[in-house]
Amino acid sequence: MSQFLLNGQAVTADVDDDMPLLWALRDTLHLKGTKFGCGIGMCGACTVHVNGRAIRSCITPVGSVAGQSVTTIEGLDPKGQHPLQKAWIAAQAPQCGYCQPGQIMQAASLLQDFPNPTNADINAVMGGSLCRCMAYVRIRKAIKLAAAEMQGTAPSGAADHE
Amino acid sequence: MSKFDSYRGPDKPASPGRRSFLIGAAAGGIMMAFANAAVLLPADASASANGNGAYGPNIWVEIATDGHITVNIIRAEMGQHVGTALARILADELEADWSQVSIKHVDTDPKWGTMVTGGSWSVWQSFEPLSQAGAAGRTALIEEAAKLLGVPVSACSARDSMVKAGKRSISYAQIVQRGDLTRSYSADELKKMPIKPPSERRLVGVDTQAIDIPEKTDGKAIYGIDAEAAGMLYGCPKLPPTRNGSKVVSVDDSGARAVKGYERSITLNDPSGTVPGWVVVLADSTHAAFEAARKVRVTWQNDDTAGVSEKDIIQHASSLIADPKTGSTVVDDDGVDKAFSTAASLLQQDYTTASVLHFQLEPVNALAFEKDGIWEIHTGNQWQSLILPTLAKALAVDESKVIMRTYLLGGGFGRRLNGDYAVPAALASKAVARPVKLTFTRADDAHFDSFRSPSLQRVRMGFDADRKVVAMQQDACAGWPTQVMVPSFMPKGKNGEPYDPFSISGADHWYSVGAHRVRAISNDLANRAFRPGWLRSVGPGWTNWALESFMDEAAHKLEQDPVAFRLALLDASGKNAGSTPNAVGGALRQAAVVRRAAELANWGSSLPADTGLGIATSFGQERDMPTWVACVARVKVNRASGQVYVEKLFLAVDAGTIVHPDGAMAQVEGAALWGLSMALHEGTTFENGQVRDSNLDTYTPLRMADVPEMEIAFIPGTEVPVGLGEPATTVVGPAIGNAIFAAIGARIRHLPISPDAIRGAMGRAST
Repeated sequence: MSQFLLNGQAVTADVDDDMPLLWALRDTLHLKGTKFGCGIGMCGACTVHVNGRAIRSCITPVGSVAGQSVTTIEGLDPKGQHPLQKAWIAAQAPQCGYCQPGQIMQAASLLQDFPNPTNADINAVMGGSLCRCMAYVRIRKAIKLAAAEMQGTAPSGAADHE
Repeated sequence: MSKFDSYRGPDKPASPGRRSFLIGAAAGGIMMAFANAAVLLPADASASANGNGAYGPNIWVEIATDGHITVNIIRAEMGQHVGTALARILADELEADWSQVSIKHVDTDPKWGTMVTGGSWSVWQSFEPLSQAGAAGRTALIEEAAKLLGVPVSACSARDSMVKAGKRSISYAQIVQRGDLTRSYSADELKKMPIKPPSERRLVGVDTQAIDIPEKTDGKAIYGIDAEAAGMLYGCPKLPPTRNGSKVVSVDDSGARAVKGYERSITLNDPSGTVPGWVVVLADSTHAAFEAARKVRVTWQNDDTAGVSEKDIIQHASSLIADPKTGSTVVDDDGVDKAFSTAASLLQQDYTTASVLHFQLEPVNALAFEKDGIWEIHTGNQWQSLILPTLAKALAVDESKVIMRTYLLGGGFGRRLNGDYAVPAALASKAVARPVKLTFTRADDAHFDSFRSPSLQRVRMGFDADRKVVAMQQDACAGWPTQVMVPSFMPKGKNGEPYDPFSISGADHWYSVGAHRVRAISNDLANRAFRPGWLRSVGPGWTNWALESFMDEAAHKLEQDPVAFRLALLDASGKNAGSTPNAVGGALRQAAVVRRAAELANWGSSLPADTGLGIATSFGQERDMPTWVACVARVKVNRASGQVYVEKLFLAVDAGTIVHPDGAMAQVEGAALWGLSMALHEGTTFENGQVRDSNLDTYTPLRMADVPEMEIAFIPGTEVPVGLGEPATTVVGPAIGNAIFAAIGARIRHLPISPDAIRGAMGRAST
């Protein structure tokens, strides 16, 4: 049994501590926005935040987040209006959309560390997030749009300031 | 002339011939629908839900009394924003206010006709009937508005869900509330509906945000894997060592009993023969099912396919191709043998492609249960009409007792055309009389994939003394998904032998090459050893690799520029002249995209050392709905390592009318990157009855950092809109191969392209 904060609410997952957080979220707490892709931490579809940092929930035992704060795509913004979510719509980034909750959660971590990310920063941090539809062009564009909004600057389409 | 005339596949556009169109009262508004013979006469023996032509794409639109318009969508949403495109076609002719239009992805029902989403067909098949339906609705609304306003019809015009007559106007909502819109249009009347000229289009060709996107950004989008039912058990497959030839001898679950939440393991009894040798492990959570499955020990008895590997399949292909009597002659012009025997010179090369996984990111899954005598199958699927009869057979119930509930697809790419993964969920649920949610692990998804078959092809060309092309033959041997899964869709070749059209399309190209023969050969060993699948772009994924690599080799043999060589053969003579309505302009339009891509890439300019441009072109999926595409790749090759860096891709696309421009662009971006990924990053091999790679530790699709610069140009046009989901996939691989040759003189004839192969080819080139 693990108790933790989930999107700001105290929750109890009455499951073995070794169950991956992903399945505790999906099967026990019925929050389906976090997706199962590879099960070995290499596709990024299951990305959530623990204490504000992106982690792969498919390889994170739920017991290890006891007492911690977990944020999923459902809790990134109460109205789904995080600058990244708005930018994802503006750039029409999703195709099938299955990887996108994980992409957005990973991108949120990226922008904490690199408020104005270069292409190299994006490649490095987003490289663990597979988009099988290969919507990468638009994911990159959306990240730059969101960064610009959060910085209060015009989006630098040519933000190739490597 | 059309190969689709020789059989009745799902891809034949809806013939309005037998279909009337009805507008009538419905709860809370009106409904507009096609009614075809199959719906009116469900007992019609010719009407099988397996889609042999009697059913066409069906359209049901509702206009509520508040003016809200709901377009029912029978196509699967898997990233192509298909509902947005289809609704825009109808709403444009209806002169609807787009802000009042919504879409609904429907569950299976015979009234919808064939439910299949593939082949890049959706927009192409639907454009005409949706346009006619919209025009019929508009006509009826205007007629009723004229009565309600007391003005002649000629004084009325419709726009933004309003009918105006001078200064007076009435909304569609008011017309629905007050008018009598009941109408019945015959097929002939429907055909004569006043379709607007392209200049009057207000939604088609105009960008919009896709309806499905917002919920894909906040976690609210519901995919098949998210489906739940009260009291369900969670299942995990225990896959047999072979796809078709294994039998369960014994099951030992003693190890699994220690897993908390483990319930039981079931050996499936499958009357449909879809999942022989299967055991399903059941538990109270996905995690427990996965854990328990790892601990269940099953002993199987296998057939010889447990020892089959990719090299055996290719070796078998080699012997099949060597026999001139095998296969089906899909194209067989008069005088091919004579043209070859009298040719002044010949060129012949073999090309191979490795197995490719779908690796759609949502592993296959299904939830199944029986409720009130109806079996409900909850899963994302691309070809419901294909798997429904199989599900009925597996469950030993009438097909009318099975319904498939529709969900978003976490990637399709053809994997979910084959709904085999739903069968074990249904069988397990039946066995335990409880809802069962079956989720494949990623490795199980890969091992159960109906992956793209490895292929071997032989291409020959004959030239006369003036170095003019006088003969060509392309032989292609691969596993045939259509033969394995829906053999009734196989037309017959010129020699009377059936063939899988999807596995040879692309070889029946638009180049004028003199006497031309195309031979399609089924690899029966592949068909037995695994279940070959339709994978994004299907046959052209390998036929165009061979064809476009070979065209480059032929150009170099003749010491001609590869672009000029292609343009000279794309002369639109004879059978390549094109035809109305789908292939207007014929090969000239393919020549135009070749020219455009070459211009974009500054073809012919000087480049740095070890850098080269390569071109490839395609007509997309079918001669009957050509999407003209050309790609130039600019690559730089590291001679020491054999690494190839794709610096830029230049694509030109002519798909006729573009319905949803931004969505079309997204499809081309994704398809081109799929092509790049399959050329340089993917590919597996079949080893002893299993694919070698089953997860991202060794299977490595393209990632963010691998994306090259891309420049994509659409040729503006108002011709029939054709497909865009696949065509750009197949040009990238050969463009890269040809660019490698241009850069360093190394010729690559195998996909995927590896640094080792490049180094090896460099060695051959320098000796």
